[in-house]
Amino acid sequence: MEKELKILKYSDLPKLIERFRKQGYPVLAPVHKGKVVEIELVESLDAVALDVLLSTQSAKKVAFPKVEKVLDYTIGKTAVKQIPVNPEACLETILFGVRPCDASGFKSLDAIFGDTPKDELYLKKKEKTTIISFSCPTADEYCFCTSVGGGPGNTAGSDLQFTEISKDELLLEILTEKGAKLASIFAELLAEARKDIDKNKFLADVKVVFDVDSVVEKTTASFNNTDLWLEQSLRCIGCGACAFVCPTCACFDFQDEQNTKKGVRLRLWDSCGFSLFTLHTSGHNPREVQSQRWRQRIMHKFAYMPEQLKVVGCEGCGRCSRACPVDMNIKEHLTAIGEKVVV
Amino acid sequence: MSELIKTVIQLLEDKTINVFIGYGKGTANRIRATFTRTAEQAELLIYNDACTQNLAGYLLKHEVKKLGKLGILANVAALRSMMQLASEFQIKDGEVLALFPNADGTFTEFTNFSSIEAYLETTDVGIKSGEQELITRLEAMSVKERWLFWNKEFEKCIKCYACRAACPMCYCHRCTTDVNIPQWIPVASHEIGNLDYHLMRAMHLAGRCVNCGECANACPMDIPLNLLTYQLIQPIQETFGATAGMKADAVYALSTYKPDDKENFII
Repeated sequence: MEKELKILKYSDLPKLIERFRKQGYPVLAPVHKGKVVEIELVESLDAVALDVLLSTQSAKKVAFPKVEKVLDYTIGKTAVKQIPVNPEACLETILFGVRPCDASGFKSLDAIFGDTPKDELYLKKKEKTTIISFSCPTADEYCFCTSVGGGPGNTAGSDLQFTEISKDELLLEILTEKGAKLASIFAELLAEARKDIDKNKFLADVKVVFDVDSVVEKTTASFNNTDLWLEQSLRCIGCGACAFVCPTCACFDFQDEQNTKKGVRLRLWDSCGFSLFTLHTSGHNPREVQSQRWRQRIMHKFAYMPEQLKVVGCEGCGRCSRACPVDMNIKEHLTAIGEKVVV
Repeated sequence: MSELIKTVIQLLEDKTINVFIGYGKGTANRIRATFTRTAEQAELLIYNDACTQNLAGYLLKHEVKKLGKLGILANVAALRSMMQLASEFQIKDGEVLALFPNADGTFTEFTNFSSIEAYLETTDVGIKSGEQELITRLEAMSVKERWLFWNKEFEKCIKCYACRAACPMCYCHRCTTDVNIPQWIPVASHEIGNLDYHLMRAMHLAGRCVNCGECANACPMDIPLNLLTYQLIQPIQETFGATAGMKADAVYALSTYKPDDKENFII
């Protein structure tokens, strides 16, 4: 559909969540929890952390949670009966107050889970999620969205996007049919937008630091450059913090939890940074050392995904670098691999 | 040129060490661990109040060990980590050269375990006052309150295992939480899985934790995990008279039987 532009008074913003809740939509939004910001169910705008740059974890858990039941089973005398979770059973949900990189992060997940065989559990949840993003008036030195094709006002993946254009007014972009359906709930609060509004004036200045095509090209050619990967990863301690806060990391593990009569099969986040990730039953591990695991992390996002799924698996949100206990900074490492862009 | 840089260049030139684990400038005003192998790299070494990471965890990292003979910038926590690792047969005497930063800006070179032990005997290895306050507050809680406190904290856990990866004492090639025959700890990051993991880890660090706080520093979800292991320090001291990371030939309190051990815990 063609994009529509409207104006909403800031003072009317609380009404949106009130109305969504009245209509029965669960609303998920960033919420302050001590020093971290989590994406959780909210009942009113008061709870929403609109003042923060980014939530600590990405928004992926809306459609790809850290623990997800995929089936129940009962163990009979002669057979095991499986009762898979019905993908249709998920609720229409609103993801509110996230950033453009959260919304566009689903592009990678859609490509991964939409590939054959299709992952209905993810796809249905994603289909039933309407994303209301807020463009970024500020950025920090970990942000590099503009270097990977995004931007502080990028609308890809969002159904609705708000931009603060003054203390009292928000510019609303209605971007999709899903967004239009939701906007109809508060249509009478909206005014027509003036034609001369330049959204870019209200966005953070995020400088392009590297040329992403050169990163893809050089990453693809660097598989055997063991020195490069070793030098970058000597201080990496091999935890999964980067993967678990990442909006595009999609690796998972299955675990059964059962007693003698019944059990559940769970899907859990996993990370290529863990030494156990590729350990074979034989004891052989094709990624024996941390530098090989670091190489996998970068190559998956910048070589394998562009090649196989035609998307770069990184949104430039910088969460991995903020979360890393030992300052593994992906922006720095990608700049070192690719061609620097000097502005 | 700073004394640190001069010393490290000298140590590298006379081949006393092949690599020096120290601190350098990171991104966004952060400090990061660096692995100095050349005089040129040594020029980038720094040391200031922000250099707090316990670097001893890197002493057992396979790819770091492969670089050759190790030198390390070791604060009190790192020296204690070295002693604890030695007592668990993970590093040998004379294998690692430690440079300890004195308060006056000079550095003391420790080349053997006995010199480190002698130094630690004269040093305050207690828990920092701010952290002790939190522990006292936790201990003053009723059992139920404390249970609720930790459950609320563990709710945030995503099982990224940054705590385990950052801990110099968590060096097992196969952690109990990764063992699946039998499955001791549920892998899932749900209520039971998180609780079991953190309690198991705390128990395995009882009497071994050198209160460096790296677990809490590493946690991306801001869980004060250090308080969990710190709370076990005092009971081990009172019951067995043992403090972790003070002697290279110490025997581990929880795996040693002495005829005069107190038995008051047996009901």
